[in-house]
Amino acid sequence: MGRYRNVSILAAAIFLQIVGLAYQVKRHTADNAGSTRLIRAWTVSAVTPLEKIVVRAQTGTTDIWHNYFYLRGVRQQNRVLQQQIQDLQLEQVRLRQDAEQARRLQTLLGFKEQFIDKPTAAQVIGLSGSEQSRLVYLDKGSSDGIGQDMAVISSEGIVGKAIQVFRHTSQVLLINDQTSGVGTILERTRLQGVLKGTPSGELVLDKIMTQEDVKPGDRVLTSGGDQIFPKGLPVGTVESVTRGSEFLQVKVRPSVALNHLEEVLVITKKAEREPAIASSAPVRAADILAQRLPSVPDQPPASKTVPASGAQNSATPGGTAKPTVPSSPVASNIPAAAPVVRATNSAASTEKPTGSTVNQSTVHAASATDQSAATATRSPSNSPGLQPKLLNSVSGSGVPQVQKASVGVTATKPAAQNPKPVTPAVASATKAATNTSAAPAQNDKSEGHPQ
Amino acid sequence: MALTYTSREQIEVYRFSVPVAIIVPLLAIFFQAFVPLRLPFFSVFDLPLLVVIFFAMARRSPVAGLLTGACIGLLQDSLTHHPLGLYGIAKTVVGYGASSMGVKLDVESVGTRLLVTTGFYVVHQVIYFTIARALVGLDLQWSWPHELISAVANAFLGILLFWGMDRLKQRA
Repeated sequence: MGRYRNVSILAAAIFLQIVGLAYQVKRHTADNAGSTRLIRAWTVSAVTPLEKIVVRAQTGTTDIWHNYFYLRGVRQQNRVLQQQIQDLQLEQVRLRQDAEQARRLQTLLGFKEQFIDKPTAAQVIGLSGSEQSRLVYLDKGSSDGIGQDMAVISSEGIVGKAIQVFRHTSQVLLINDQTSGVGTILERTRLQGVLKGTPSGELVLDKIMTQEDVKPGDRVLTSGGDQIFPKGLPVGTVESVTRGSEFLQVKVRPSVALNHLEEVLVITKKAEREPAIASSAPVRAADILAQRLPSVPDQPPASKTVPASGAQNSATPGGTAKPTVPSSPVASNIPAAAPVVRATNSAASTEKPTGSTVNQSTVHAASATDQSAATATRSPSNSPGLQPKLLNSVSGSGVPQVQKASVGVTATKPAAQNPKPVTPAVASATKAATNTSAAPAQNDKSEGHPQ
Repeated sequence: MALTYTSREQIEVYRFSVPVAIIVPLLAIFFQAFVPLRLPFFSVFDLPLLVVIFFAMARRSPVAGLLTGACIGLLQDSLTHHPLGLYGIAKTVVGYGASSMGVKLDVESVGTRLLVTTGFYVVHQVIYFTIARALVGLDLQWSWPHELISAVANAFLGILLFWGMDRLKQRA
């Protein structure tokens, strides 16, 4: 018996582990939620503190170096980023208009959508250490509000979901693991499918019929159908499409570099509600343009220009009574350079180009339309300098405005009554608006009567 | 590069202090989980396997070898999301085999270590894939080129690692 002692022990050790393995597999199938094995908790508790220390030391050193010593090129980068911010602010105005319209339609349809209510930032501190198990460990756990099956994203797109949560650590299954599955939709064709990981760590769209229209470069977004990821988050782009006998082989390149994760966001709270329409009037590109232009000192309330400007504002084709130009942060710090063209493009659908004079006919027409708005603008506190007047000069052309007024109320006064000289800045802005604006008159009518 | 048959009289059995026996496997698991985060190519290495092979060959006791393999394997399993036992069984077999081999071969030479490590890496992967497919139902893809390259890479790393760990051995 002593001769076979070692082999017997080997057989016993293997047998025990196989029994344990079979028990876990059966239990895992029966109860998908599973439970945390003590050995897992012990191992994670033993390994992750060390990982946290190393990661934090490394991050701290890198931060000190980059934030206090290695600042080469930061000024240039800052200038570029400032320019980008300005461009994006103007772009945001246009998109906000579209979003508002979409929300109105969604509300009409009783559509409910999911919002990310509360994201928690976390740092990736480790991996599983196995090529067959694609998961990462985060430095936040249940004590930070993280729970099982919470979505994990980064600024570029989705990363994975939390599958095991410990007190100060959590385990995140990456989307390229073969046991992972994400409900997705193709942005161009709105075709839905399930994104899965392959054993080699690639991403494929599963069960797409061969007759479907899928092209390389198509963007893949989350569909929200998996109840884990909110709808519309970027997943990746289609890298290649191979036709099979029944299904397409659609390979997707993830938008997130899953091999180089450092910081992620865990969506700890999602809310499902009907989209709310913003109660305040949207900021228009023309308003931003008006804010950008230099202003002159306030006019006395008795001056004709004050009610004129306010009235003009109230008669803007957006149909929203806006006695003053809103002091939105969007419009702050915007220089008077290149974005003018964009601003006027955005404004083109609502404003018409003007000549070199302020049109008084629209003033009276609008006054009749919205007396309260006109009254509000009489208050000096509501009249920020000459900005509404500048807006007037940008948008208050004779003929188009008469058309606009005629939609709502009767315009009685001729277009060029009480002509006023404009400042050079106004003239240049006007010129820019004239050069770039190409909106048809019908736009004014439709925009002037919102649903 | 020659495999030298060693007589029983020539065999030296080593032991390790308790701190080394605990800390080295834990460090191996830590590095395995942490380094690929910064250096993704590092995931081809299997540091816990190299530690199992080293301990098993140095101790030259099959029971100690298989128990070391089982413990380190189960710890490695617990960092994955797969059932516990996949690495456990594979490393148990490797621990047993390496210690049995250590009794018969001169495992101090570089050539022997290179071949033994390459061979045990392949054995480990074959067992792991077999169990994962047959018992757990995982759809893993076997790639001979990948496994062979990984085996050779692990063998070269093993030579360096074993050279460093030789300093931790104590003659029994």
